[in-house]
Amino acid sequence: MDLFEYQGKQYFSRFGIAVSPGDVADTVEEAVAVAERVGYPVVVKAQVKVGGRGKAGGVKLADNIDEVRLHAGNILGLDIKGHVVHRLWIERSSDIAKEYYASFTLDRPNKMHLGMLSAQGGVEIEVVAEENPDAIAFLSIDPVRGLDLGTARRWVADAELDEVAREQTAELLVKLYDCYTTGDCDLAEINPLILTPDNKVHALDAKVTLDENASFRHPEWEEFRATETEDPREKMAKEKGLNYIGLDGTVGIIANGAGLAMSTLDVVNQVGGSAANFLDIGGGANADVMASALEVINSDPKVKVIFVNIFGGITRVDEVAKGVLEALKRVTISSPIVLRLDGTNAVEGRAILAPHLNEKLITEPTMLDAARRAVAFANA
Amino acid sequence: MSIFVDENTKVIVQGLTGGQGKFHGLRNRDYGTKIVGGVTPGKGGTDVDGIPVFNTVKEAVEATGATASFVSVPPKFAADAIMEAAAGGIKFIVCITEGIPAHDEAIVFNRLVEEFPGVRLLGPNCPGIISPGKCNIGITSGDIALAGGPVGIVSRSGTLTYQALHELSQQGIGQTTCVGIGGDPVPGTNFIDCLAAFEADPETKAVMMIGEIGGSEEERAAEWIKHNMTKPVVSYVAGVTAPPGRKMGHAGAIISGSKGTAQAKMDALREAGVHVCLNPTEAGQKMVEIVKAL
Repeated sequence: MDLFEYQGKQYFSRFGIAVSPGDVADTVEEAVAVAERVGYPVVVKAQVKVGGRGKAGGVKLADNIDEVRLHAGNILGLDIKGHVVHRLWIERSSDIAKEYYASFTLDRPNKMHLGMLSAQGGVEIEVVAEENPDAIAFLSIDPVRGLDLGTARRWVADAELDEVAREQTAELLVKLYDCYTTGDCDLAEINPLILTPDNKVHALDAKVTLDENASFRHPEWEEFRATETEDPREKMAKEKGLNYIGLDGTVGIIANGAGLAMSTLDVVNQVGGSAANFLDIGGGANADVMASALEVINSDPKVKVIFVNIFGGITRVDEVAKGVLEALKRVTISSPIVLRLDGTNAVEGRAILAPHLNEKLITEPTMLDAARRAVAFANA
Repeated sequence: MSIFVDENTKVIVQGLTGGQGKFHGLRNRDYGTKIVGGVTPGKGGTDVDGIPVFNTVKEAVEATGATASFVSVPPKFAADAIMEAAAGGIKFIVCITEGIPAHDEAIVFNRLVEEFPGVRLLGPNCPGIISPGKCNIGITSGDIALAGGPVGIVSRSGTLTYQALHELSQQGIGQTTCVGIGGDPVPGTNFIDCLAAFEADPETKAVMMIGEIGGSEEERAAEWIKHNMTKPVVSYVAGVTAPPGRKMGHAGAIISGSKGTAQAKMDALREAGVHVCLNPTEAGQKMVEIVKAL
């Protein structure tokens, strides 16, 4: 789960990481109230989960109440790369002497945590990595041992941060690592981490991705979940407990297992079609799950055909077939359905469906045949 | 032969008294696997369908001589269960639990390396391992596997593993061992571990490798294959059409920027001399051709 900047900053604050004083605002009047409270000049920042806000006019400096009104009014409702701004973060503007970069993430190949620190912040770290890789000090951290202050001190020296910033940054990095681990982040990134002219170090931005697998030990994440703006199809799927990702094509996909679902997308693509979604119904493909899946896909106006790709393992295909028939009794599906049923009890499953087959309910023996048939419908 | 397990492997099930643990543990026993005990704290002295239950792994190992464990416990208890297995004397741990926090996995992996270097963890979030006719630990349906070799299978995905088994079994091609390494970001056992074991196993004549988007394990495997593998490898990588930045079901299946794409993985594998196929059926057919020509 990606957090908005303001949520990331609030999350950082819990771990003692310094951020600019500020607050959220959903209306112009709220923006004015926050600005009056924190003191001018303030920065009015659009809260969207997409990069390039500044260039799109979503970040403005305001020196007085009239400017706050003007900018807040302009930014609220602004469409930034398809993301409409519903919320602002208003914070006290900071004078900047230097911009640094700091982050922690998992280094998958090495099964260690990876810290990245650079004296060249404020630009995308990918660009720094490409153009001037020596400007990034990488630190591999054993998850069992963690990061201590001594190591952080050597690290800030390696990164050649300004002398006056080193001790404060080392302390901040230990806190950021604590936020990353105790806070169960997939990514905790500060860009830029700034040094002010009066030699203070603090986080001017916050990019935090939380590991949803750790939700069970973070009841406080509920507030972040409430603000998640998403595709209406994805919202409906989530409410029904389905693992769904909306895409732009015309072939609706239902498969069991993440790998098979991904593979189904690929095969549809190979035979000239495009998938409308990724949907993994997991192991228990009973009537309830199948009905929910069909309902979500049916709600997508772009879908012209539904491809159900099931490989029975523990899930028995005869149960899936019963589930499909039961689901069709409950939901009226406008698009034709092409099924490929294989694996445990496939013969029994196909026999259950046989009397019900018609021009809008079709079975095919293999994944490839079924994909071709579905794509033929979609492109007709 | 088989890799990691065989007909003599004695297995305990951590979580045998739970719904999933009981269901799969009994299925594994019905398949012929030597399921010798279960572990559930507080339920020692009871039994599940005749299988004795112990309070701790240590007690179970002392009483039964088990060397392998099947971990089927909820995500919040999984890290502790794996460490208890290692400390209790288990050498091969299969963890099917889905949804373990990445930080827990990272700590478990590194603690095993440091404290129990002789222990192998398979998973988490994997379908398990099956050596047809000998041993089945996990959730794979034994019906779709065929004993007798000569193909070894290693896969990051569950259902695609079943698909691969099915494609081969239908054509009368058996498997030595089929290993599901799982789709999480920190797998205990990786492609290279399995490829090396298959390379060393005289009965395995060819290997099917099923990858997916995310991470760089396939690229690393390709590098290893190029320098070490003498046996033919057929590969399929799922997720060619996956959009960047979205987790496709598995926590590990996410494309970050230009890294982790299916195309990059396929290119690396092809360059290493692997037969790269575009869908599971094509991979099955290619393997049939290779086996018939052996």
